[in-house]
Amino acid sequence: MSDLDTFRAEIRAWLDANCPAEMRKPVQDEDDVCWGGRNFVFKSEAQKVWLERCVAKGYTVPDWPQAYGGAGLTAPQAKIWREELARIGARPPLSSFGIWMLGPALLKFGTEDQKVHYLGQIARGEIRWCQGYSEPGSGSDLVSLQTFGEDRGDHWVVNGQKIWTSYADKADWIFCLVRTDKANKYQGISFLLFDMTTPGVTTKPIKLISGNSPFCETFFDNVVVPKHQIVGELNRGWDVAKYLLGHEREMISGAGGGERLNAIGAVVQRHGGIDNPVLRAELAQFDIDALAYAAMGEKFLDEAKVGRAHPAQPNMMKYAGTELNKRRHELLMAAGGSTALEWDSPATRGGAAARGWLRTKANSIEGGTSEVMLNVVAKRILDLPGA
Amino acid sequence: MPLYHTEDQAMLAETVTGFIADEGAIKTQLRRLRDSGDSAGYDPALWAQFAEMGLTGILVSEADGGLGLGHVEAGIVLREIGRNLTPSPFLSTAVVGATALGAASDDLKGRYLPGVIAGKQVLALAIDEGAKHRPERIGLRAERAGNGFRLTGAKQFVVHGATADALIVAARTAGSDSDDDGVTLFAVPRDAAGIGHNAVRLVDSAIASHVTFDGVDVDGGAVIGEVDGGRALLNQVLAAGRIGAAAELTGVGIGAFARTTDYLKTRKQFGKLIGEFQALQHRAAHLYAELEIADAAVIKTQQLLDGGSSQADLMVSVAKAKASRATNLAVREGVQMHGGVGMTDEFDIGLFMKRDRALAEFLGDASYHADRVATLSGY
Repeated sequence: MSDLDTFRAEIRAWLDANCPAEMRKPVQDEDDVCWGGRNFVFKSEAQKVWLERCVAKGYTVPDWPQAYGGAGLTAPQAKIWREELARIGARPPLSSFGIWMLGPALLKFGTEDQKVHYLGQIARGEIRWCQGYSEPGSGSDLVSLQTFGEDRGDHWVVNGQKIWTSYADKADWIFCLVRTDKANKYQGISFLLFDMTTPGVTTKPIKLISGNSPFCETFFDNVVVPKHQIVGELNRGWDVAKYLLGHEREMISGAGGGERLNAIGAVVQRHGGIDNPVLRAELAQFDIDALAYAAMGEKFLDEAKVGRAHPAQPNMMKYAGTELNKRRHELLMAAGGSTALEWDSPATRGGAAARGWLRTKANSIEGGTSEVMLNVVAKRILDLPGA
Repeated sequence: MPLYHTEDQAMLAETVTGFIADEGAIKTQLRRLRDSGDSAGYDPALWAQFAEMGLTGILVSEADGGLGLGHVEAGIVLREIGRNLTPSPFLSTAVVGATALGAASDDLKGRYLPGVIAGKQVLALAIDEGAKHRPERIGLRAERAGNGFRLTGAKQFVVHGATADALIVAARTAGSDSDDDGVTLFAVPRDAAGIGHNAVRLVDSAIASHVTFDGVDVDGGAVIGEVDGGRALLNQVLAAGRIGAAAELTGVGIGAFARTTDYLKTRKQFGKLIGEFQALQHRAAHLYAELEIADAAVIKTQQLLDGGSSQADLMVSVAKAKASRATNLAVREGVQMHGGVGMTDEFDIGLFMKRDRALAEFLGDASYHADRVATLSGY
């Protein structure tokens, strides 16, 4: 047996013994996701136990170094971990913007103290993070952001407004792009971390077309941020921001696994059947694209882990993955017929299909629109002129 | 296993890329053969060079004198053949034919494999009986006669059929045309008594033969695998051919795309390089994504086939369909973005469009494979 086969056997045995049966059922809705954080209320004992057991082994962030709360797995080992989770249908023990976005940025740009402190908190699910990027006047043109941090010696005083801040009302801390030099567009932004309970921070949820309010407006009114809470150099936050965006786009692309990579034809067939050859053909075309994209996700992750992926490849992945996900939900709505239209009945779990469908419309907007992704691919990968 | 080439595979790719770019280029192979009215459909001297490189035996087991490599490696060669539009019997011989003969008796292997490995012989697959690929129906009859069988019927669009040393023929030895059972594969010499060839040139300049079998007698030794139980082997042969065609398609797509992006960077209109126009940039970036995804589906499927995975069968159809769609988009966008010169014979982009059309049809088009994906998935 190779070392990796031995490792797989160990993981399999550990999961058999430690992953509660309840955590092997598919995630039904947002409530089933374990986000962690100061105010998180576990939905079940199983959810709590599953998190604690994974934290103890570093499996919430399997490929982070052990010193920062991870398990220190190599790329092939981490792939086995993902495969074995998928094999038994295990839910991720912890989901968080800390894991997917801030963590990779801290690993690259953070000081040793920052890594030990913040990464450890993320790995243990103690602090829930939100992302302060977009502003009312700065969407696709993010670099035009206006939120300003005034230098007051040992701290900044931050004033301004962010928007589309996912779960700002539930988050403990924010990683935030703040202008610290008004004279320099790109080299006048700093990447700051601060506590959402700091005086002067307020949030206001935004009601969306899905009827839910995952996004917020976030206001900063004379918010004091100590100088040591900067990541990277002063006025060079755009470098951190762009690097983090790559990971955000990777996250939104769905490449990491989960239901977004699955075919749906067989599922539709089991729930109500397919009585129309045109729908059957559309499902088959979709399944081909979904299964091919799943292979792309696997290939992208394999290549990214060893530095073989083009640095701009997450932009392609986000474009392809989100457009595919929108198509998935259009088809699921079509297959569901009028039942899928029920908005708040218990039989449809409160219109879960319809709300899920509407939610996907944000996929190709948040974290960079599809059009911006295509711009980036044209410029950085295809090297097209003047792009 | 990670979804990228191992060190050995990367070395093979480097060697093959250089070799085929040098020796299999459009100008010296495809255009030269086409414009000289060649009737073989490939250059025997180049096929001999493939043998010198060891490529002809890539899927033949080491015990039988080959390299004993897999579909990933065969795909590396096919991708470069696709990128250069190199007319070659590699797919029909070294991939499809070799896969079939892998299940043959030692005697039958001995008749053909040494010649294949030496680059002196060529094989062709005789499967289709109409304009569309429908291997579920096999009507060509093989009835027992003496010590062997007598074949009666017809096969259509047998690529390299008129010049191949042997045809791999899927025949019906029992039951009715649509039965799964009762199928037998034969290796039939091209010029056996009773065989008739009507060779036709296809849109991509390949030569295909409409073959008639008018009571063709073969001995029992011509049977590949089991009599009446050939369906599983046929499926294995088709899987090899389909993933091979998909790999070649990705090469065609990449080749077309490279020419197109080059053109976007050199052609000026309205005082600008046309590649500066966002309408074209977005279409090019979308096309890039589609080609990348098709490429990933192909290598994933190659690995699944090489590993003997039960998922491989479904993924072969996913890969063939995805590669067909992506490459078809690449050649259509390629011609359109080239504008008027894209319509000329002088520019190569039109040759990519022609090859895509033929490869997409070969062993099942995108619709055929979409239907197969649905069926295999249970809907």
